[in-house]
Order: sequence, then structure tokens, then C-alpha cells
Amino acid sequence: MNTATQAPGDFWEVEPHHHHEGASTSIGFWIYLMSDCLMFAVLFAVFGVLGGSYAAGPGPKDLFDLELVALNTAFLLLSSITYGFAMLAMVKENTRGTLMWLGITLVFGLLFLAVEIYEFQHLIHLGAGPQRSAFLSAFFALVGTHGLHVAFGCLWLVTLMIQIRQRGLIPANRRRLACLSMFWHFLDVIWIGVFTFVYLLGMI
Amino acid sequence: MASIEAQGDKHRAERHAERHGDHHDDGHDHGSVRSYLTGFVLSVILTAIPFAIVMAGGFESRFLTAAVVVGMAIVQILVHMVYFLHMNTRSDEGWTMMALIFTVVILVIVLAGSLWVMFNMNTNMMPQMNHEALGLGS
Repeated sequence: MNTATQAPGDFWEVEPHHHHEGASTSIGFWIYLMSDCLMFAVLFAVFGVLGGSYAAGPGPKDLFDLELVALNTAFLLLSSITYGFAMLAMVKENTRGTLMWLGITLVFGLLFLAVEIYEFQHLIHLGAGPQRSAFLSAFFALVGTHGLHVAFGCLWLVTLMIQIRQRGLIPANRRRLACLSMFWHFLDVIWIGVFTFVYLLGMI
Repeated sequence: MASIEAQGDKHRAERHAERHGDHHDDGHDHGSVRSYLTGFVLSVILTAIPFAIVMAGGFESRFLTAAVVVGMAIVQILVHMVYFLHMNTRSDEGWTMMALIFTVVILVIVLAGSLWVMFNMNTNMMPQMNHEALGLGS
């Protein structure tokens, strides 16, 4: 029997596959984003079901200011492209350029948050807080969750800027930048759903 | 014959090098200024049109307005996927695309299912819910 005398290594791979560090990070992070997407899908479904239950309270037409929403949309879209330029600077090994574009992205992210906090505060001031009606509960849950994601994205951005300043564009930092890039663009995609289904369809 | 084989070998080697491209450790497409600007301009157009329609009061038919607004959103999501998230069928040997397709399937089931079931329940609950009119008290 010839096969019996063969060393097991000839047939089975006894050595584990060697993957360089972080080889599976992007697919893993993508799976996380998809699970996050499902969470948003549930919040959108809740808003779809409860979005018409005003409990004799104010509806979208009484509350929403489309100009403010357009401004916020512009901030988020601009932050998406400035993040893209940060990634391009990273590919060119341009540390200063990367940091500059990340800084601009951070400013747009913070402006978005400032406008959203102003909007929420304005609504609560009008007596249209989350406890007013099922519609407002669903609205605050959905838009608030998105805002919370942007807030954590900003925190992550600051952390990365400090790390790049200290260590430069090392492979680990490049990987982190690529992950945050996916996260940031993903949040912009979710925002398209928010301004379409919550604001625009509410105002028709 | 030999030259064709040699060419085939060369292609294989190139493909191999692409797949294990080491010049970027994450091995991903980061796009170009051109692709980002294309995506940005398309997004601005696809955002401005629905906002303009709704701010101007919409079309005569509410359904048409809603259909146009939702249609623009779907196109814009695709634009973001391609130009900003660099989605393609090749990255990670197609697994990112598989994960995306799976998510979209679940997403459609969750959204369509919830809306359909709850809409039907609301419709069917209406007469019984009207306690005051039936004199059943609250």
C-alpha cells in the first residue's frame, strides 16, 4: 500500500493557513455593518408601522423644517467626500493631507450633530418629545440612533487622528482608516433612508 | 501553441499577484478623485431633486411624488455603494456581496412583513377598537 506510507502532510494540510495580520478585518467589519443595517431596518419598520399614530398630537407637517434637513444632508454628503479624499491622501502616503481631510470631515460631522441636537431640542421645547405620541417615539428612536452612530464615528475619528499623529500611517492605522471609511459612508447611506422615509415622505 | 500557454501562465500569475496584492495591506480598492467626484455630483443631483419636488409642494398625485422620491433614494443608495463604499463582486472573493445580498433579503422581509401584517391588523381591528361608539366603555 503506497498511500499508507505517505506522510500525512502530503494529503492533509497540517500547517494552518498563514494569513497576514488583518487580512479578514474588512470582511469582518462589513458583516458588522450588515448587522447594524438590520438593526436600522427594524427601526425603519417600527417607524413605518407607528409613523401615522399621532395620538391627536403634532404630525410631520407641523414639526419638520425641510431646509434644516437639507442643510444636514449637505453636511453629511460633504463629510463623505472629504473622508474619501482622506483615503486618497492615505494611499499616497501623505500623512499631513490625511490629517487635514480627516479634520474637515470631523468638522462636518460635528456640524451635523449640532443641527440635529438643535432640532431635537426645538421639538422637545414645542412639547413634541418622544413621550408625546407613538410617531414621535419612533422618530426619536430612529433618528436618535443614527445620530448616536455619527457621534461615535466622530469619537473614532478623533482617536484615529491622534494615533496617526503619533505613529504615522502604519499598516494598523491604514486598516483602521479603511474600517472607519466603511462606517462613515454606511451612515450616509442610512441617512438617505432617513431623509427620504421620515422627512420627505412625511411632508408630502 | 507554446506562446498561448505562456500567455495563459502570465495571466494566471497576474491574477495571483492581484489577489495577494501586497502594496496595500488591506488589499482594497480606494477609488480615485474622479470616482469620488462622480459619486458626489450624482448624489447632489439625486438629493436636490426630491427635496425640490417636496419643497415645491409635490405633484398632483401623492403617489407619484412618493414613488419619485423613493426611486431617487434607491438610485442614490446604489451610487453610494458603488462610488463611496466601492462595492463589487470581487472583493473578498465575493463574500462582501453575498453578505449584502443576504442582508437585503432579510431587510425586505422585515420591512415588507411588518408593514403588511400591521396594516392588516389595524384595518381589521378598527370596528372592535371603537369602544365608545359601541357603548362598551373604555
